[in-house]
Amino acid sequence: MEQFLIFDNVSYPVLSMLVFTPILGAIGLFFINSQYMMKIWGLFITLLTAVISIPLYTNFDSTTAKYQFAEVYRWFPTINLNYSVGIDGISILLVILTTFVMPLCILCSWNYIDKRIREFLFAILIMESAMIGVFISLNTVLFYIFWEAMLIPMYLLIAVWGGPRKDYASIKFFLYTLIASVFLLVAIIALYINTGTFFIPELMGRNFSFSFQIWVFLACALAFAVKIPMFPLHTWLPAAHVEAPTAGSVILASVLLKMGGYGFIRFCLPITPLATEACVPYLIALSLASIIFGGYLALGQNDIKKLIAYSSVGHMGFVTLGIFVLNSAGIKGAMLQMINHGITTGALFICIGIIYERTHSRDIKVNSALGMFMPVYVTFLGIFSLSSLAFPGTNSFVGEFLVLLGAFSKSKLVGAIAIPGAVLAAAYMLRLLQKMVWADSDGHKHGDGSERGLFDLDLREKLTLAFLTVFVFWIGLNPEPLLNIMDESINHLLIQYNDGISQAVESSEGLHHALRAFKGFIAG
Amino acid sequence: MNLLLFLPELVLILMILFFFFGSLGSKKKLASDKSAVAFSLLAIFAALISLNARGELFSGFYRIDLYSQTFKVLILSAFFLVLVLTKGIKSIKNEIAPEYLMFLAISTFGLICLTSAAELVTIILCLEISSFSLYIAIPFRSDRTTKKHYEAGLKYILFGAVSTAVTLFGMSYIFGLCHTTILKELFAVLPSVLSESPAGLIGFVLMLTGFFFKLALFPMHFWTPDIYEGSANETAAYIATLPKIAGLALIIRFVAVSGAQSGDIILILTVLAALSMTLGNLSALVQEDIKRLVAYSTIAHAGYIMVGILNAGSDGFSSSIYYIVGYVLMSIALFFVIYNLSENGENLTLDSLKGLSKRSPFLAFTLALAAFGMAGIPPTVGFTTKFLVFTSALSKGYYAIVIIGVINAGISAFYYLKLVRAAYTMGDDTEEQFAIGFKKAAFAVLINIGILVTGVYPEPIISRAVEAVKYIFI
Repeated sequence: MEQFLIFDNVSYPVLSMLVFTPILGAIGLFFINSQYMMKIWGLFITLLTAVISIPLYTNFDSTTAKYQFAEVYRWFPTINLNYSVGIDGISILLVILTTFVMPLCILCSWNYIDKRIREFLFAILIMESAMIGVFISLNTVLFYIFWEAMLIPMYLLIAVWGGPRKDYASIKFFLYTLIASVFLLVAIIALYINTGTFFIPELMGRNFSFSFQIWVFLACALAFAVKIPMFPLHTWLPAAHVEAPTAGSVILASVLLKMGGYGFIRFCLPITPLATEACVPYLIALSLASIIFGGYLALGQNDIKKLIAYSSVGHMGFVTLGIFVLNSAGIKGAMLQMINHGITTGALFICIGIIYERTHSRDIKVNSALGMFMPVYVTFLGIFSLSSLAFPGTNSFVGEFLVLLGAFSKSKLVGAIAIPGAVLAAAYMLRLLQKMVWADSDGHKHGDGSERGLFDLDLREKLTLAFLTVFVFWIGLNPEPLLNIMDESINHLLIQYNDGISQAVESSEGLHHALRAFKGFIAG
Repeated sequence: MNLLLFLPELVLILMILFFFFGSLGSKKKLASDKSAVAFSLLAIFAALISLNARGELFSGFYRIDLYSQTFKVLILSAFFLVLVLTKGIKSIKNEIAPEYLMFLAISTFGLICLTSAAELVTIILCLEISSFSLYIAIPFRSDRTTKKHYEAGLKYILFGAVSTAVTLFGMSYIFGLCHTTILKELFAVLPSVLSESPAGLIGFVLMLTGFFFKLALFPMHFWTPDIYEGSANETAAYIATLPKIAGLALIIRFVAVSGAQSGDIILILTVLAALSMTLGNLSALVQEDIKRLVAYSTIAHAGYIMVGILNAGSDGFSSSIYYIVGYVLMSIALFFVIYNLSENGENLTLDSLKGLSKRSPFLAFTLALAAFGMAGIPPTVGFTTKFLVFTSALSKGYYAIVIIGVINAGISAFYYLKLVRAAYTMGDDTEEQFAIGFKKAAFAVLINIGILVTGVYPEPIISRAVEAVKYIFI
């Protein structure tokens, strides 16, 4: 087990601290009485977690594909189950994304959540622990526990603090994700029965039989495809996004959806390469369908949140496309696209939350002509919208460009089909921007005719959005550091993947050879 | 005779006598629920003291080993939890409370004897001791608005009598073919009898059928909803937990005795487990009455427990024991909510849960944790138990039943979620607050912590269960 791990990046168990700080913070909430102090406490804990996560970036060794900051403790020896965590170039960015987005989630619901603040913060903090846990687990059971543990706080976030159709949306979210992921559990157990280990690095490169791989792959892929979500399993997402409170939408968009992509990269590619290879045409077709349908559906929406939700389907289509073209550019692009989507779409949901707090509507028509009243707001909105449609110079451009590069080098047809998706993104985002900023500028009154408090952003909101804007341009103009971090891990992944396929080819050639010799022997 | 061998039973006999005499006088203060809790606590200590006792009583008909003593600790702990949970026994008339507690104690006595019984007639005897007292306890209910408890009592007697008859019928086959009723001797001959003679197989399955009645496993499940619905909340909490543990102890013993490599037995048990899960979950989907819903979910859980037993080795048995521990914890949490929410001991429906998260956030949270746990969502014990029973079944290559099991877990999530939905998303803000006492809250907090801790750290329970099941392979 040790050959996969590096233990001494830092002298303290930083990953466990990341997981347990929010949990302890959540318990601490029960000792605070004032609602204001609770918010301060929640913000403090999430900021603390973000600070703890900084050494991950500074002490990360990007020259190796091993799992770093590793910790292994005995947990359940009867079935050879250890608590083992660690991160590599693939998971580190997602962990940092999570820790940095969470303080914003609390900031953006500062005034919006007015009832049951303790429970709200409790759910948010538990959510943070579970999400970090998913990305750092090196153990299938631990992974599954965190993966499923997210369902409860997320369900409650939608069900308690959600919009009018919260009941429908929350149950749909819960059942879709649960039913898809119970099969993941079967796959995890089957892998254990077959190999005797739950340790993910030891499961990779095992050269399982094809039929076993295909079952494991299907079980895993179903869970991840629902989470990411991939067409045609995406229908829970718009419902959940629309009804969730702003913080819930941000968590969903920024982090939760990434788990599907992360799962594909962590489980499907290295553990079941043969099955992946066999399914690639279908997965690429579904990814293209996600891109086109997501964009096309976004074009027809009147509800801003729904529009962004469908645009997420399209963006995540680019992620799965990048993963399954299976070359370095594609996977790097997919990783980057995940990070970018986390930043940009998270920011867009915060923007929607801000305008919803003012006009109490998410209808595009009601929220038009904002340029007159909220110049700072529309500036931010403009930046994030452009980023969302992958305008050159913004972060999404780099990711989408790499994915398209990967797609074209895989097959010109695939690339050609994906291009209209990018065009659609421009169409629906610019339409949104045009209507929200300028349409009806002459004489349109908001709602009942009074100007009803269309004040511009306050300091808290400005800071929240400005923080994300930094990353939009930083990644957009200088993606090199991020690409360097994931470089080694992704190369290693591709080597593992190709090894898995070539080994199988060799062994089957050997088999054919033996069969031919055998037939010759019989005939001779 | 070594007193240590019989200590837990002795404490319960004392308890029975205490409540018997307590019920005679006109002053019934002493024979109260408080002394019942004290006695049950004493009984747990007695069981813990005699945990390592080994020996046989009554010319080998009564076996004391780590297996039986572990189950005694479990049963008595569950008894203690049920008594604490239902403190105040508000749906039973005050003047018959001592009698009620006495019958529960007798039933518990029968159940703990059952775990030690090592001979067929002794088993029947213990089974009947535990059932007969429940026949009387079920109609105890002061709720004047319904007569369902009479119906439930009658049904329980009829079904119980039938199941005993079936068991006896099966035992007569076993006795006829094996010429012995002592388990230790059966162990030597039963495997070959089962594989050679169809009559032996039929007899064995019929015998088990009677034990399925205790566990509420298909096809002996049909009594559960009516009895849960009809009996008082206190009695339902009792029936939902204790007899299940003893039933499991018996079934494990017999599957082990049968040699268990017998493919036919495993096939039959697989089918029963699949039917039990599916039928229980599908029926639970449409229930309105919460106790009926819980009853059907119990049937499904019996199926999951059976999945662990299919392994027929120490992995499987220990995972089933772990399952029942987790199940008892979650049931206690669920009944805690039911018991405290129903002010006069009336039955609750899904409607009465509406707005619970506003009326009492604490009860709502307990309900949510229990429901999510029963649905098998980590990090609760419900997940880890399911994970372990599935692992043990898959290790023997039973893929089909595990697939059926996980699909069922998905189905069951829907109705467990109904409980949570009612509590969290329905109802309006104006409802009055519902206060809950400090002691009760502390109890529920402990149960909640138990659900989480046993879920993330199963090692202590599993290693003890593994130790315990070593003794059944005699």
